[in-house]
Amino acid sequence: MKNIILHINKAFDHRIRLGIMSVLMVNDYADFKTLKELLGATDGNLASHAKSLEKAGFLKVEKQFISRKPNTKYYATQLGKNEFKKHINALEKLIKKN
Amino acid sequence: MNSENYLKNISEIKNLMSKSSKFISLSGLSGILAGIYALIGAGFAYWLVKNSDRDYLILDGRVFRYIVLDMLLVLIFSISTAIFLTTKKAKKNNEKIWDALTKRLLLSFIIPLLAGGTYIIIILVNQHYGQTGALMLIFYGLALLNASKYTLGDVKYLGYTQIILGLISALFPGYGFWFWVAGFGFMHIIYGTIMYIKYDRK
Repeated sequence: MKNIILHINKAFDHRIRLGIMSVLMVNDYADFKTLKELLGATDGNLASHAKSLEKAGFLKVEKQFISRKPNTKYYATQLGKNEFKKHINALEKLIKKN
Repeated sequence: MNSENYLKNISEIKNLMSKSSKFISLSGLSGILAGIYALIGAGFAYWLVKNSDRDYLILDGRVFRYIVLDMLLVLIFSISTAIFLTTKKAKKNNEKIWDALTKRLLLSFIIPLLAGGTYIIIILVNQHYGQTGALMLIFYGLALLNASKYTLGDVKYLGYTQIILGLISALFPGYGFWFWVAGFGFMHIIYGTIMYIKYDRK
């Protein structure tokens, strides 16, 4: 049991952060607007959660301008993908235990 | 957090993964209608050739121009029906009709189709008529297969079916027309009906 809890990653312990990672696991990248619409989050909310995932090294952020409008693209890093998989496995094990 | 919460997390993860990577509002009914248009178009082409001086088709001449027009009409009707019904269904599902996902879906569908279409035109100009039906089926099947990763799984099987029909058709050069009718007509109706029953009728 202790072992499983160890793999529950605090960095993913929020609906929005979980959502960002879920989307980035199955897509090469997602831009800010797409994520916002998929997750139903506000600008500030999404930005701060993305920032914390970026700090943990789970996200790569790419900012650029498309016809003068800022466009932010998010990619999951390999570390982020691996950690997310471990997190999901731990969640599944916990469900089976109970 | 208790296990109910974890369960909710997992189902939300699954939901987001499929919502962000698969377009599910493809209309089954538009598949059925496309099949019916193809059958009507093929029936008209058959009638044209049977009533012309020759029993077979050559590139120059009036009959061929009518058949090209006939096929273009089938194509235009099928595409506009698909756009209309899919837009309607997407609105009902609260899914976006034009975003990064549908762009990817369309692009992965169109590229094999354009490559195939261009190739068919090139060999027609070089007066190789025999394999046109087979090539259309094969390239259409490849386009469906390529696009299927962004949409409902049934599209993949329709793709396999068209490729197989195309290859068999290539073995029987004189029967290209009938394989075309089977692939673009009947298979569209069959798969469209399956998709209609599975997804549309809710």
